[in-house]
Amino acid sequence: MTYIIEGSTGPWEIVVGLEVHCQVVSKSKLFSGASTTFGNEPNTNVSLVDAAMPGMLPVINEECVRQAVKTGLGLKAKINFESVFARKNYFYADLPQGYQISQFDKPIVGAGTIILDMPDGSTKSVGIERLHLEQDAGKSMHDQDPKYSHIDLNRSGVALMEIVSDPDIRTPEEAGAYLTKLRAIVRYLGTCDGNMNEGSMRCDANVSVRRAGDPFGTRCEIKNVNSIRYVMQAIEIEAKRQVEVIEGGGEIVQETRLYDPRLGETRSMRSKEMAHDYRYFPDPDLLPLVFDQAFVSEIEKTLPELPDEKKARFMRENGLSAYDAGVLVADQEKAAYYEVVAKGRDGKLAANWVITNLFGALNKAGVDVAESPVTAENLGKLLDLISNDTISGRIAKDVFEIMIETGDNPDKIVEEKGLKQITDTGAIETAIDEVIAANPDKVQEIRDGKDRMLGWFVGQVMKSTGGKANPGMVNKMLRDKILG
Amino acid sequence: MTDLTNLTLADARDGLAKGDYTSVELTEAHIKSMEAHRNLNAFITETPEKAIEMAKASDAKRAKGEAGKMEGLPIAIKDLFCTEGVQTTAASHILEGFKPQYESTVTANLFNNGAVMLGKANLDEFAMGSSNTSSYYGNVINPWKGKDGKDLVPGGSSGGSAAAVAAHLALAATGTDTGGSIRQPASYCGIVGLKPTYGRCSRWGVVAFASSLDQAGPMTKTVRDAAIMLGAMAGHDAKDSTSAPMAVPDFEAALTGDIRGMKIGIPKEYRVDGMPEEINKLWDNGIAMLRDAGAEVVDVTLPHTKYALGTYYIVAPAEASSNLARYDGLRYGQRVMDEGDSLDDMYMKSRAAGFGKEVQRRIMIGTYVLSAGYYDAYYNKALKVRRRIYEDFATAFGTVDTILAPTAPSAAFAIGDNEDDPVKMYLNDVFTVPASLAGLPGLSVPTGLSADGLPLGLQLIGKPFDEETVLRVGGVLESAANFTATPFGQEG
Repeated sequence: MTYIIEGSTGPWEIVVGLEVHCQVVSKSKLFSGASTTFGNEPNTNVSLVDAAMPGMLPVINEECVRQAVKTGLGLKAKINFESVFARKNYFYADLPQGYQISQFDKPIVGAGTIILDMPDGSTKSVGIERLHLEQDAGKSMHDQDPKYSHIDLNRSGVALMEIVSDPDIRTPEEAGAYLTKLRAIVRYLGTCDGNMNEGSMRCDANVSVRRAGDPFGTRCEIKNVNSIRYVMQAIEIEAKRQVEVIEGGGEIVQETRLYDPRLGETRSMRSKEMAHDYRYFPDPDLLPLVFDQAFVSEIEKTLPELPDEKKARFMRENGLSAYDAGVLVADQEKAAYYEVVAKGRDGKLAANWVITNLFGALNKAGVDVAESPVTAENLGKLLDLISNDTISGRIAKDVFEIMIETGDNPDKIVEEKGLKQITDTGAIETAIDEVIAANPDKVQEIRDGKDRMLGWFVGQVMKSTGGKANPGMVNKMLRDKILG
Repeated sequence: MTDLTNLTLADARDGLAKGDYTSVELTEAHIKSMEAHRNLNAFITETPEKAIEMAKASDAKRAKGEAGKMEGLPIAIKDLFCTEGVQTTAASHILEGFKPQYESTVTANLFNNGAVMLGKANLDEFAMGSSNTSSYYGNVINPWKGKDGKDLVPGGSSGGSAAAVAAHLALAATGTDTGGSIRQPASYCGIVGLKPTYGRCSRWGVVAFASSLDQAGPMTKTVRDAAIMLGAMAGHDAKDSTSAPMAVPDFEAALTGDIRGMKIGIPKEYRVDGMPEEINKLWDNGIAMLRDAGAEVVDVTLPHTKYALGTYYIVAPAEASSNLARYDGLRYGQRVMDEGDSLDDMYMKSRAAGFGKEVQRRIMIGTYVLSAGYYDAYYNKALKVRRRIYEDFATAFGTVDTILAPTAPSAAFAIGDNEDDPVKMYLNDVFTVPASLAGLPGLSVPTGLSADGLPLGLQLIGKPFDEETVLRVGGVLESAANFTATPFGQEG
């Protein structure tokens, strides 16, 4: 898929690399024992280390290391047995130490890959440059007091994984697909909850434009975008801005920009001249982080089946299309739901029902699959009722509507509402005879060769039986009676 | 009864065990001495009430038969160690009034072993200095006097600790050593100072100067006292990632007095140009003493010694510039700001008012050497040289058990000297800095007097975590030198 910005001087290609900060799922912070619980009263999850009291020292939380390694394995990336924590020095009120402990030239995870599932069912591979561990800063609140800013250090020191992609992304859609896939992977792994609205996943986008085939242009970094949709918008808008600047005879200056979704524009935050000199150096309070293959192997054993493998299996075992399989594996819970429905049943039929009917209804209601009123077991039973001819596909849709509303078992609904298909030939015959008797002219038309009129008779019979007659039987018996 | 302040730590320990006196009596004697010598300005904060309270508790503990390694022994704590509920300043204005809610691991170890705290000893601001003249709370005066009667510096940065021990205000004191801050003041004040191997004592709760170099250690009247006190301070601490997971040996047991057959290395690079003749003589005397005691003296070479001082004054300020970023006026200590000031205004005003000249100088040097475009030329190169310096020692220790060298290139100098020339001041650390960069244990033992009648020390540098050999050889050196001079001898 190509995405081209048509400028006044010709077409431009966009080049995007993403830096995603994923908050690590762990009970305590990266270098202190303080809790990481979200939403607690300000400044209650703060240890002496997090507040940078004099003489306090960081001690690495092994759980965070495991989570980073696990994520690295999920990204099919190189795990570095030795990595080094470095200090990134800058002054800010929500950074008590005056430096962030991060990793600089020796990250814990090196090169890896993410496979993007594009909406048309195609895939694209995007390189991962690195993943490193670092501390989060606290939160500055400027709206609590007319004169003073308030600082909440609950987040200060919480572990983040910064995952940096190669500049392989060429369209806003790919950026969206990248984030969707990355979020799915970390959620599958249980290493990050991926909630962008709570800030546990945040994205910086490096955007530049160039003529196809040219070297990379100068990039701008759009900081801290907090939804996938905004990232896609920001890239589109920033790329257009850059094309306008260049075509207007200007030059792109490397800088940090902010995306304002209300105004639909990016604006300069810091120019290169004002950029911090972070004075990175190895943190002398911490030894190099060293572990061996055995440590990695132990973690490897805990890896779940990841989206790509699951997708391949759904396609292979259930005969699903790449698109359907992609939709189902995008979310671990959706995939699990589908697997329950499909177990021992027609996998394709199950996929159709789950994707079209269930997801459609859930989307409309704005409900997660986890909160679905229709359980996977009940949806499975509904499919059984169709395949054993208890109800028709059309009646099944009505039953499903009731299930969405009430959450009831489909057997019970069919029973109570008397929706069972009529397969008793006598009852169907009676209905057919009535319709034939009432419409002798139409019968004649069929006999004169207007076969298509048979459909009209089927409809009438179905109508008179309240839709419960087995349509196949109705069709056959009508044919026998009129033409036989 | 003899003056209890003249006792060594070992004597006092034994006297307490025999019931010759109580910890309260011992502590009261030192409190009186502290009061009588306030002119030395050895303490920033005296804690006599807490001391008596701790002494009473210690006597009660002893009565129950639960005496620790330093039970009932009153000591001074360098005001770089955070002490729970007791003001901890690092001799800086920026921390004035700061009372930690926590106890440093080293002081907690000492107190758990029964030690009694007399007060918080003065030091150079943030331990940056060799003269104890950079303290916001005034300089410390060396209890020793020059022939002209001028006030002398006690050395630094643990100047208050050294002066307190030398003047018998405390039986012993904690110090910290980053580039010589235990050994050099010990030499200037005629006492024993031991910088242990990096990682031997926990840094948790010690206000950081340069994290890869800082190490706590004992400052005492004798080598035996240093062995006793180190045993009560040291130990692995899970709260300090750089603390060594090693058992603490019985250091006192290492003092066998027998060094026959041991190999003592003499590094030729320490015979620097322009070194006073009396220092060379002191060193030669020390060599002779060890040879007489049956040790074999071997020449060794430490070829990168001449780069050590330059390397140290890159690495230490670099780490300091980052370590001191937390003193920003926000959460504790001094804040200076005016109505309508921005965050940056507050930073600048608080730090300009809170940090003294020397600290500001080192923050600027450190910031410079880490900045973009200079990192490789300075900091990275310094790390490489530091590695070479370590390898020099490792090679030398392939053939020798310990290395003997002077502690400092001179005796204590007059207050005010060297103040106009930081480089000249930094030269005081020339012999102590290499062992710091290599993380090795170093022990300063007083072995003679200068022409002016001032104490001079020799330094023993050991293998990593081999404080025992250093103490054993130091004990022999101490006996042979028979250094009995005191500042009081001068007075009398």
